[in-house]
Amino acid sequence: MAHAHTVSAAPRKGFWAVLKDWLTTVDHKKIAILYLLGGTIFFAIGGIEALLIRYQLMFPEFDAIPAQTFNELITMHGTTMIFFVAMPLVFAFMNAILPLQIGARDVAFPFVNALGFWLFFLGGLLLNISWLFQSVPDAGWTAYVPLSGPDYGSFGVNFYVMGLQISGLGSLIGAINFIVTVVTMRAPGMTFMRMPLFVWTSFITSALILFAFPAITVGLVLLMFDRLFGANFFDVSQGGNVVLWQHLFWIFGHPEVYILILPAFGIISEVVSTFSSKRLFGYSSMVFATVLIGFLGFMVWAHHMFTTGMGGIANALFAVATMLIAIPTGIKVFNWIFTLWGGKIRFTAANMFAAGFIPTFVMGGVTGVMLAVAPANFQFHDSYFVVAHFHYVIVGGIVMALIAGCFYWWPKMFGRMLDEKLGKWTFWTFYPGFHLTFFIQHFLGLQGMPRRVFTYLDGQGWNTGNLVSTIGAFLMAVGVIIFLVNVFKTAAKPAGAPQDPWDGRTLEWTIPSPVPEYNFKQLPVVRGLDAWWVEKSEGRKEMTPAEPLGPIHMPSPTILPFLMSIALFISAFGFMYANQPFDNDFIRFLFEKYVIAIAGLVMFFVCMIVRSLKDDPGYHIHPEELEGEGVHQ
Amino acid sequence: MKRWYKAGRTALILAVAALLMAGCSGTLDPQGERAKEQYFLIVLSFAIMALVMIVVFALFFIAIIRYRRRKGDTGYPEQVAGNHKLEIIWTVIPFMLILFLAIFTVTYAFKHDEVIAADEAVNIQVTAHQFWWEFNYADYGIRTAQDLVLPENSWVNVELTSADVIHSFWIPQLTGKTDTNPGLTKTVAFKTGEPGVYKGKCAELCGEGHALMDFKAVVLSEDEFNAWVANMQEPAPAPTTPAAVAGEEVFGNYCISCHAVTSDKMSLGPNLKGFADRETVGGFRENNDTWLREWIINPQEVKPGATMPAFGDALTEEELNNLIQYIRTLK
Repeated sequence: MAHAHTVSAAPRKGFWAVLKDWLTTVDHKKIAILYLLGGTIFFAIGGIEALLIRYQLMFPEFDAIPAQTFNELITMHGTTMIFFVAMPLVFAFMNAILPLQIGARDVAFPFVNALGFWLFFLGGLLLNISWLFQSVPDAGWTAYVPLSGPDYGSFGVNFYVMGLQISGLGSLIGAINFIVTVVTMRAPGMTFMRMPLFVWTSFITSALILFAFPAITVGLVLLMFDRLFGANFFDVSQGGNVVLWQHLFWIFGHPEVYILILPAFGIISEVVSTFSSKRLFGYSSMVFATVLIGFLGFMVWAHHMFTTGMGGIANALFAVATMLIAIPTGIKVFNWIFTLWGGKIRFTAANMFAAGFIPTFVMGGVTGVMLAVAPANFQFHDSYFVVAHFHYVIVGGIVMALIAGCFYWWPKMFGRMLDEKLGKWTFWTFYPGFHLTFFIQHFLGLQGMPRRVFTYLDGQGWNTGNLVSTIGAFLMAVGVIIFLVNVFKTAAKPAGAPQDPWDGRTLEWTIPSPVPEYNFKQLPVVRGLDAWWVEKSEGRKEMTPAEPLGPIHMPSPTILPFLMSIALFISAFGFMYANQPFDNDFIRFLFEKYVIAIAGLVMFFVCMIVRSLKDDPGYHIHPEELEGEGVHQ
Repeated sequence: MKRWYKAGRTALILAVAALLMAGCSGTLDPQGERAKEQYFLIVLSFAIMALVMIVVFALFFIAIIRYRRRKGDTGYPEQVAGNHKLEIIWTVIPFMLILFLAIFTVTYAFKHDEVIAADEAVNIQVTAHQFWWEFNYADYGIRTAQDLVLPENSWVNVELTSADVIHSFWIPQLTGKTDTNPGLTKTVAFKTGEPGVYKGKCAELCGEGHALMDFKAVVLSEDEFNAWVANMQEPAPAPTTPAAVAGEEVFGNYCISCHAVTSDKMSLGPNLKGFADRETVGGFRENNDTWLREWIINPQEVKPGATMPAFGDALTEEELNNLIQYIRTLK
């Protein structure tokens, strides 16, 4: 039964009401904020892990952190940063902005959207809770077998295997959601070639997720069966092949890094264009390049495996395929530069980070081409040269773009502008700190320093490089703290950001800051690329509506996604601890007989049945109530 | 303008300082043919990439300096959609650069996968363990560990495998790395250069002791190598001093179950024939009595994760000293 929902003049909510609101929301804007919050929490954890790593490596043969703990730190740092920081922050912006940029009221499947978030969060919680259990994964974020297997692996790897399966499911359904949204929910007049670049990159990214995540899921399932159920997929003595894990992992792992960078490319395209007051140079080339990068991204996975002994033919093929990706990537870089060229550039904090991205990402990209030279890779692989390369593209690339996205879209998401002065302080600490940390690592690698080493001997000429790198890391930490101070300071300010603070070009700037619950009072007509700019350059003050004012149909909030994720979290524990020697007989029974494990699965399926059988007609927002209300905090 | 100049100058200073601090060692100081060719590829690819970076950086810095919005300017620039010619240029030129690099890449990819004919090279079977290196010279009937003794200016075939988890065999100055996979064998070839002792590293995370799983490639002159082979094929001379004789008995009680002392025998742990002449204790510590003591008393203190049991409690001080005297006779 539909009920009227009062949007305006909501009474001050108590703590439990607010909690319920956020636990049950299916609103893409709130889910975006949840992803942002979750990603930031895990960023703090991953960042502390990084500082501990660099601290231990500050001096040769330093004994601050023992070898086992160090291996746990590098494993958790990598896994957390890639799966529970970069991915959710990317999803945060995709959720917050994509529906707005295509003129939609939400994503295609709001329930699935919420489920995707909670699965991510509970997966990340499962991985990181291993610290509390003092049984932490320690086989690297790549978890190569047999080191991660039942014979040589620690119990902690189970947290990795189960945590990533749960969050992987979340990513997969999230991707399907975005694909369907882009295909079916574009506003009238928005053809594919009129979509903003951020939408294109999110779309291609979602396709990559769709095809890549199943591969790692398969690998994790096989590893889970080896570890928990006595299977032999990777048991050499039973005919298993250890290299198989690497293929499964990297068929996912390589597209994964494109999953991370493509949305970042999208953000850069938006920011650079807006702050040059100029349309994106070479739009069709940019779209084509994005598609090509996505496609080629699936053809290169074995460049992570040049040293495994695949032979000359395989190495040659994968080397050349890898080098080819440099071409569409280069096309994008040139198009960004030529967007800036001839523009009237404003160096707001957002644009400083976006501009800083360009040379830094190019540096990371060129070391990528160097790494692609397979026979040279025999020297580079598993050395600090690789560590330098991927931090240049991930931190110097993705993180820079994410920070730019924060400064750019904060008013739209929160109704407040982040402080520009603090933003510039953030840039001038974080950016030099980043280069200080990672530039020298190229040389450490070339001098023979392998990666994933908890210490190094004196007298190899690595001391100064490591010291410099550690100093840089702490400078980066200062930058992050300044950014967090900015966030808190901004939260204390009253909301009141303008609708279009940056003189933007795309649809999100046609609606209030923060965005009302229903996004668009009336869905707009799109008349060209940079839909808002088209209207503004003809002197119009608002978009032409594509529909009359009428009741807006909204999806109902629901606790089920949260419960389903809790259910899988519980079930995972049930499977992991099935054969542990508990003292208490009853507890041992619960685990040994898989009672907990099955209970979790049953809870999951019951929630699904409830969802399927219980009708949810949603609710309507009526025209009388439509005022410029923002997101309820 | 001034701010950018300062930033650029700082960056340049950092870069030069970094390079100076780096020195030339490891991969950047190749001493064997394969390593030299890999070094050539690194320099070649870097040169091409440096060219690309110069062009991109120049365009970038010019754009952000020249096209800043001037104070008070509220106008809009020309909205340029694109430039077909430029798109072609910056697709074709990178493609040609990649093609050029690819020719070298493919050529050396095949070349560096070639194995030398068995009768024209020294053939060694390498088995990686957690956390030490076993070297078996089947042609000579020699089993040894940790020091990979090789003749100068010669081709070597290493047949790589692992006894437990994946490790990776790397001697930066002589050759790039290849993974040692359990259940699989991969043979790679490399050529030694001048005599010297070259650092070897494990280059795949393999557990607690990964960082300290070093070995040494000891390249000897032709004559010295032949002498080494001949010496290894003979058992060590019997101990003569009373301490060493007593030590041999201690060895027999505690060590012989894992460590053979003649190079023809297999053993669970490293074969100790010739240990007294090896470069290191535990693969990475100076081979002297102090470190040897530390190692025997508690190997895990020296190398976390070491699989050798600790004998500190089992041996008396006298037994330990005698044992060390005996081990010093294992030439």
